[in-house]
Amino acid sequence: MLYLRLFFEFFKTGLFAVGGGLATLPFLSAMGEKTGWFTQAQLANMIAISESTPGPIGVNMATYVGFETGGALGSVVATIGLITPSVMVIMVVSSFLKKYKDNKYVQAVFYGLRAASVALIASSLLSVVEMSLLSVDVYNTTGNILDIFNFLNIMIAIALYAAIKKYNAHPAVFLLVSAILGIVLGL
Amino acid sequence: MNSYLDLFLTFARIGGLTFGGGYAMLPMLERELVENKKWIAEEDLTDYFAIGQCTPGVIAVNVATFVGIKQLGTLGGIVATLGVVFPSVVIITVIAAFLSNFAELEVVNHAFAGLRVCVCVLIFNAVSKLFKKSIVDRYTIGIFLCVLGLSVFTNLSPIVFVVCSGIAGVVIKVKGGIN
Repeated sequence: MLYLRLFFEFFKTGLFAVGGGLATLPFLSAMGEKTGWFTQAQLANMIAISESTPGPIGVNMATYVGFETGGALGSVVATIGLITPSVMVIMVVSSFLKKYKDNKYVQAVFYGLRAASVALIASSLLSVVEMSLLSVDVYNTTGNILDIFNFLNIMIAIALYAAIKKYNAHPAVFLLVSAILGIVLGL
Repeated sequence: MNSYLDLFLTFARIGGLTFGGGYAMLPMLERELVENKKWIAEEDLTDYFAIGQCTPGVIAVNVATFVGIKQLGTLGGIVATLGVVFPSVVIITVIAAFLSNFAELEVVNHAFAGLRVCVCVLIFNAVSKLFKKSIVDRYTIGIFLCVLGLSVFTNLSPIVFVVCSGIAGVVIKVKGGIN
């Protein structure tokens, strides 16, 4: 019964959270209040863990909540509940696209849509930049415009970019190097 | 059977190596699916992200389902999706069971401060590749700038941008003589 509820609650979250990962948060917050499975403080802890482990954040959250409420089986059930609506919707969209891929209007839609999609990714890049290369909170306290730049991180970023362009190795290699740099330099 | 295993392992690798969720997966997808496996083109990836923005669920899962179906049909879609979530389920279960203070460990915080810098650079690199393929004339530059500006300075839902830019695409092409 618990597993059925876990599946159903996460199925709902997966169905209504449009826009990926963090869009699941308001749903999880409501779920915690309704079911009593976890408190808001526990949710904050879960978010921190989900953000510090590999994989899609929504999936991490489902696994974590599922485990806390129903053990290892709970984590599998919650995750499958979360992804089931996506898989079904994409199957429908995918068969539609296959059928109408060469339609001129569908192609025109994608011509406009690709530009928007790249812009949305670029805008999320800006928020990652703000989080990792700038220190807006330091600037807010000191008022010194130079304090807004986190120079050490910016230098590492430039070096990483040069290395990526030069060596074309797998992204995981650069991630590993930067994690070690983070630990060694105490970022 | 072998190709299902390949699909599963490729997506498990992508899921296991992505830190930070959502868009941080883009560089991994680009590397594994476009460059290494050549299963899809850069434009396909952009399309999948656009569709993922306005369909329910986690974007990474949406992309996995799309690519899996394209390669090996419905079962392929399911296999790829299970692959992309597999590492998360294993890692999070282990952490939930044994390391509930994982996110407070100092070494984890330092490692992630470093990772975030790298994620930033990797996304920049991936975006610049997508940009070259998708921003091809003055109309697409216009759409790009409008959406970027509005999404930075307003709280409009991505669905609004996706729907409007799709309509804009049709209007531009019809005006230019679609037939």
